[in-house]
Amino acid sequence: MDTILEIRGLRAGVEGREILKGIDLVIRPGETHAIMGPNGSGKSTLSQVLMGRDAYEVTGGGVTYMGRDLLEMETHERALEGIFLAFQYPIEIPGVNNVYFLKAAYNALRKHRGEAEVDAMDFLALVKQKAKLLEFGDDFLKRSVNEGFSGGEKKRNEIFQMAVLDPMLAVMDETDSGLDIDALKIVAKGVNALRRKDNGFLVITHYQRLLDYIVPDFVHVLVDGRIVRSGDKGLALELEEKGYDWVEQCAAA
Amino acid sequence: MSEATDATIDHFVKQEYKWGFTTDIEQDSLPPGLDEDVIRAISAKKGEPDFMLQWRLNAYRKWKGMSEPRWANIHYPPIDYQSIIYYAAPKSKKDGPKSLDEVDPKLLETYEKLGIPLHERARLAGVAVDAVFDSVSVATTFKGQLQKAGVIFCPFSEAVREHPALVEKYLGTVVPPGDNFFAALNSAVFSDGSFCFVPKGVRCPMELSTYFRINAANTGQFERTLIVAEEGAFVSYLEGCTAPMRDTNQLHAAVVELIALDGAEIKYSTVQNWYPGDENGVGGIYNFVTKRGKAMRRAKISWTQVETGSAITWKYPSVILQGDDSVGEFYSVALSNLRQQADTGTKMVHIGKNTRSTIVSKGISAGHGQNSYRGQVKVARGADGARNFSQCDSLLVGDRCGAHTFPYIDVQNPTAVVEHEASTSKIGEDQIFYLTARGIELQDAVNMIVNGYCKEVFRHLPMEFAVEAQKLLGVSLEGSVG
Repeated sequence: MDTILEIRGLRAGVEGREILKGIDLVIRPGETHAIMGPNGSGKSTLSQVLMGRDAYEVTGGGVTYMGRDLLEMETHERALEGIFLAFQYPIEIPGVNNVYFLKAAYNALRKHRGEAEVDAMDFLALVKQKAKLLEFGDDFLKRSVNEGFSGGEKKRNEIFQMAVLDPMLAVMDETDSGLDIDALKIVAKGVNALRRKDNGFLVITHYQRLLDYIVPDFVHVLVDGRIVRSGDKGLALELEEKGYDWVEQCAAA
Repeated sequence: MSEATDATIDHFVKQEYKWGFTTDIEQDSLPPGLDEDVIRAISAKKGEPDFMLQWRLNAYRKWKGMSEPRWANIHYPPIDYQSIIYYAAPKSKKDGPKSLDEVDPKLLETYEKLGIPLHERARLAGVAVDAVFDSVSVATTFKGQLQKAGVIFCPFSEAVREHPALVEKYLGTVVPPGDNFFAALNSAVFSDGSFCFVPKGVRCPMELSTYFRINAANTGQFERTLIVAEEGAFVSYLEGCTAPMRDTNQLHAAVVELIALDGAEIKYSTVQNWYPGDENGVGGIYNFVTKRGKAMRRAKISWTQVETGSAITWKYPSVILQGDDSVGEFYSVALSNLRQQADTGTKMVHIGKNTRSTIVSKGISAGHGQNSYRGQVKVARGADGARNFSQCDSLLVGDRCGAHTFPYIDVQNPTAVVEHEASTSKIGEDQIFYLTARGIELQDAVNMIVNGYCKEVFRHLPMEFAVEAQKLLGVSLEGSVG
């Protein structure tokens, strides 16, 4: 497969309001793409649409994932086919144990691939190894999903889940927001450990800072629902220097 | 609410009762209707001593002067008590089966369908099952083992014949015959149930369980259960039930009395899954239950219930904290789906000093279900140092259901500490999305969230029951999304 994800002229919105106004983007194996943009430009909408959230309506264009029509797939199918969304605001699920939940997700994945489900002991071994990568203590594993976690812990938990589920396409929605520099480094280390020749990353961020640690192959600037500029990692630096006003002016021009 | 959750609601409403089937067995029944002759006939059929007959007749006379309680947040057409059959027993060739081999194979098949293979699973699980089929208990296991420990565990009718002194001593001491309309009716016509007596200092060697089951059409079920734990004794009792599919409403008015003498502990767990009726509210069991325990000095009574069935649930397992330092607990999960109505909760009556009670109630409303928590915490004048903690949570699935909370607090002692916490939340589309985004199917995601919500209650159930309860919630929520 020479492309993981191909987005063509994607238009989408919520409650009749168009937010994405024609997005084109191709992610090939081994590539990390960053999407930057000011607040309200449609960054999160893109991630939610890629994951199939009901509230968003696709009004035009198409998305192909691993040769299949992504938009035809249910949310859980997308996950089973290897897409992972690291949420901007991970939700709390009281009473559901972190490891229990992750094991259910992991085994759903294995079942989907025709592999045998892993038992609790083997899974725990896997989880502990991945937890170390994110510098997660055992008590995180025992707690309910995101319950009582600080903002930074929730973000680390997202990348921890990503490490366990080992996706083909990882979409990270503002994973850096709310992280201090130490946590950011830990998260980046976790993400970089997952980067391979055959998978892809879509890193959505408001700030250039994250891209110092997760170095992208391509940077796209999203303004008002359109990608107004694409380039290499140098674009992120330029953006940092000149600010979003600069690209907004470019977009208007 | 998103489309996904709306779809959830639609499927909730369309879901079918999984265990709707009936067994075709000859019935030995009395004609419908109720008068003193019917009560005499029931008593005679059961070969009861005179005190029992007089007790029933006394209850019946009280009942005649009472009227149905109307304070609960439930609505149903009037019940015609004269159209109900008050006695039905499976026919047996001799005086009843002596062992499982003598039990009607069809009956055993019914148990199999319900997942209660008496031969294997009960034995493997170390559970003694006193199975109630319609109105007469037909199979009892593990009797010997219990006898060795001095524990009496038998059908109620057998206890009346074999242990009349014990029955006479304790029956009606917690729930008097005229306690309320439904308890009075039960006292007059109760068919059978379970009797358990654990002598002083004995820890019952196994979990005791009874499976109640309603089978004959238009047959009311009037179970009577009495559990006595003498000083320092311990018993854990499990009650679970499902019922076959029916079009006509079936009345159920059970009474359960628990007596925990000084230092004793009784743990009573229920999983209730009677036919809830269809999506239009047709059929389903009317379940009017009186459950109450009395705890003497340093005694503990713990009620845990998972209520997923019945068209109407009217049920308030309560504890009278009579003795000093006694403890009462109530842990409840109640699910109202379809057109189900549940008005359930507890009553904790603090009489002794330093008595403590805990209430954890988790209501789940889905479809057009209406779920009410009704609880009373009463602290009498002499109950120095009494403490209560209550937590009442409601979870709404969809926007056509309802959740209501009616807490009553009556404190007459200034040293008492009573805490009440309540919350109402909607099952979140964002929670569902989070789980499905991890590859978990919609239905499994809903189950996971609901089970997480109920976890605090489930952890008080015995292990096997906790697993069963989780499965039951899953089944009850099945088809709710898609």
